Amino acid sequence: MIINHPLLGPRDAQEFIYLGDAALIHRPDGMAEGALERFIPYTYLRDNPAGSHRELWYHEQGDRSWLVVTRNTTTHEITAVEMARDVARKEGRSK
Amino acid sequence: MANPLKPLTALGNPTAQSDTIGAVTITENPDTALASLASRLGREAEVASLAASAGVPLPGPGRAETAGYGAFWLGPEQWMIEAPFATHEDITAVLKPIFTDAASITEQTDAWVRFDITASDLPGYFERLCNFDMARATPGAATRTVIDHLGCYIIRRSLTLVSLLGPRSSAHSLHHALVTAARAIL
Repeated sequence: MIINHPLLGPRDAQEFIYLGDAALIHRPDGMAEGALERFIPYTYLRDNPAGSHRELWYHEQGDRSWLVVTRNTTTHEITAVEMARDVARKEGRSK
Repeated sequence: MANPLKPLTALGNPTAQSDTIGAVTITENPDTALASLASRLGREAEVASLAASAGVPLPGPGRAETAGYGAFWLGPEQWMIEAPFATHEDITAVLKPIFTDAASITEQTDAWVRFDITASDLPGYFERLCNFDMARATPGAATRTVIDHLGCYIIRRSLTLVSLLGPRSSAHSLHHALVTAARAIL
């Protein structure tokens, strides 16, 4: 499988580590009211789609950036690759 | 009293080792001082202008440059700075006053072993070492990839010269991989 890194171009999947559902970047605020109720689904509940799936990959043997990869779980076709940093910034995160 | 401590290269010899196997020459290069530089959040533009006035190039993704200092790209807003060891042994002491607190600078000199590799057919040689496509890499390309399970930086200096930076504590293992690949294309 080849992942088309937004900065470095096509790179072999061997250089990457898979983390999981891209929803993991929405970590709840642990100090807020009702944090426990939000952490239970954050930690344990995942969709398991047969088809398009947004997921986090880490370019460990490369530039060590986190990527949000949109991959079809049945065909392994990759339709979009974004820097996780840009995704978070688009959602109004400061960093 | 003379200093009883003798500096050794990464391969454990008093002087740098060089091996020529067929058309491939692998030479250990202990003459480069290294420091990593990372812009602090929100200070990226400041770092770029300080670097430009101090003659420190900050190349774009996947690239290396030489202009006074040498540098290659490590990641977003991160670079490795190269300088001659003889004049910049304490490279962080030179760089920190330039960038003050706009960037984080870490000495890297003794973390890495550098091999300079010359070969008439660099793509053919690197095809046997890693999945970085040397045939499409123009001079000035620099990247990190895996060679024999070791994370290494590859810097293409010219059509016939490549610098390879690998973890110094695995210098012998990396050297073994380089020599084995060179024998494979004899």
